[in-house]
Amino acid sequence: MDARKAKHGWVWTIFFSVLSVAWVFPIFLVVMNSFKKKVYISKMPFKLPTEKMFVGFDNYVSGVQKTGLIQAFGWSLFITIFSVAAIILFCSMTAWYITRVKDKVTSTIYYLCLFSMIVPFQMVMFTLSKIANMLKLGNPVGIIVVYLGFGAGLSIFMFTGFCKSIPLEIEEAAMIDGCNPLQTFFRVVMPIMKPTCITVTILQAMWIWNDYLLPSLVLDQKKYKTIPIAVQYLKGGYGSVDMGAMMGVLVIAIIPIIIFYIACQKYIIEGVVAGAVKG
Amino acid sequence: MSNRTMKRYAPIFLLPTMVAFTIGFIAPFILGVYLSFCEFTTVTDAKFVGIKNYIRFWTDPSDVFLHSLWFTALFTIVTVLLINVIGFAVALALTKKIRGTNLFRTVFFMPNLIGGLVLGYIWQLLLNGILYNFQRNLKFSEVYGFIGLVILMCWQQIGYMMIIYISGIQNIPGELIEAAKIDGATPKQILKNVTIPMVMPSITICTFLTLTNSFKLFDQNLALTDGDPSKMSEMLALNIYNTFYGRNGWEGVGQAKAVIFFLMVAAIALIQNYLTRSKEVQQ
Repeated sequence: MDARKAKHGWVWTIFFSVLSVAWVFPIFLVVMNSFKKKVYISKMPFKLPTEKMFVGFDNYVSGVQKTGLIQAFGWSLFITIFSVAAIILFCSMTAWYITRVKDKVTSTIYYLCLFSMIVPFQMVMFTLSKIANMLKLGNPVGIIVVYLGFGAGLSIFMFTGFCKSIPLEIEEAAMIDGCNPLQTFFRVVMPIMKPTCITVTILQAMWIWNDYLLPSLVLDQKKYKTIPIAVQYLKGGYGSVDMGAMMGVLVIAIIPIIIFYIACQKYIIEGVVAGAVKG
Repeated sequence: MSNRTMKRYAPIFLLPTMVAFTIGFIAPFILGVYLSFCEFTTVTDAKFVGIKNYIRFWTDPSDVFLHSLWFTALFTIVTVLLINVIGFAVALALTKKIRGTNLFRTVFFMPNLIGGLVLGYIWQLLLNGILYNFQRNLKFSEVYGFIGLVILMCWQQIGYMMIIYISGIQNIPGELIEAAKIDGATPKQILKNVTIPMVMPSITICTFLTLTNSFKLFDQNLALTDGDPSKMSEMLALNIYNTFYGRNGWEGVGQAKAVIFFLMVAAIALIQNYLTRSKEVQQ
């Protein structure tokens, strides 16, 4: 019986190994083609680069030059980090307040947040970009406000879910010791909320880093590009796409994500599961 | 904590989020609903025209909104079924004692982290490379675009749903399955009568996520086919986008479509939630 089970196990291992190789094949294909001359990419993407096709890092250089990818990388990083930080700080504060103080205002806020979660971006896309434009938010600092606003619904919902489970006694003890609400929040509540902070960080960072539509409508694209905007920029308006540069840009866009994923795999997977289960 | 002290601090706790929330959501939403009844090119020159915008695109033969709706609906049904069935099957297999499960999980989940545009261009290279051998490409027919989008979506989402199903399966108490085995249940019966009812909450979440993700798909559609051939593979979100930014004087119609799109998404979310929640087992 045991021997049969083990044999069975190996069949599955082999099956999933093959499947895993197939799963990463598209990424491998892009990496391989990024070292080929552009004329060979569309016609024979599955051939390994021979000496005749090989161009070294030329595609990367032209991709970076055409799109300003290095600056785009910087802006993506800046916008993602500061938007997520703002979301974590302000949404957790709001969420704690609306779970502790029950009145008409706080329950309205809560239901508005729930409501905003089912509204697709297309619904507010046009008016949001016009309002952001009027308020001069079309720069990497201004867009943080937009991200905080549009990301608030889900984040507040997740934080309130956790706040409800924090025992009141802990906060009351802090109060008796002379903490005001701000001190109570930052010294007592915030540390307890750490797991939820990680979950929200991961969900929001994944969204903001990969978001194309919102920054492309809000940001002044001549001055500021994010990575997705840079990728789409290569496609341009007319004519054929420079496939060489495209491959280079795609690889540079993917590599940091994969490194980050391998480094914080455990947190990412846990965060995604926790986020889905509560959301 | 007394409510009075708390309320004195209300501005600090509420104001930053609420200002941003008003700019980023409340104001655009209300203005959006209002503008769907207006004719305008920028927000300031809006003229009230009643429900004209809501009629214009049904009657205009050059507008493909209805086609987009069917295309999106079919795409959603196909992807929701494929992703959830395959995701669940893989999760079942990977919760058995197999060597290398952690590695497989890592690999299958990975595409989910890559942005939609990048995914679209990766698959464009691969699928066009295959189709090139038959002198075709993705823009040859909407069927190719459709199949391409389905493959792309499966590749991106199966790993995500698998992870949620795995956590659901691992939360089933071991005694329950032991008890079923002692009672002489076959593996098939255990799956049907124990495992599936117990992971119903995960099924609710996963169908909800795949439904809304598929229905609202934009980036992948833009990158992979961009609506080609001649808007025939244009899904709803892209159709709305192109109505706003691709047709002069049609901004109001775009907004009206967006309102309808919102109502559809909301309806799907509420109905789905109601249907699957009612099947969940109390624990």
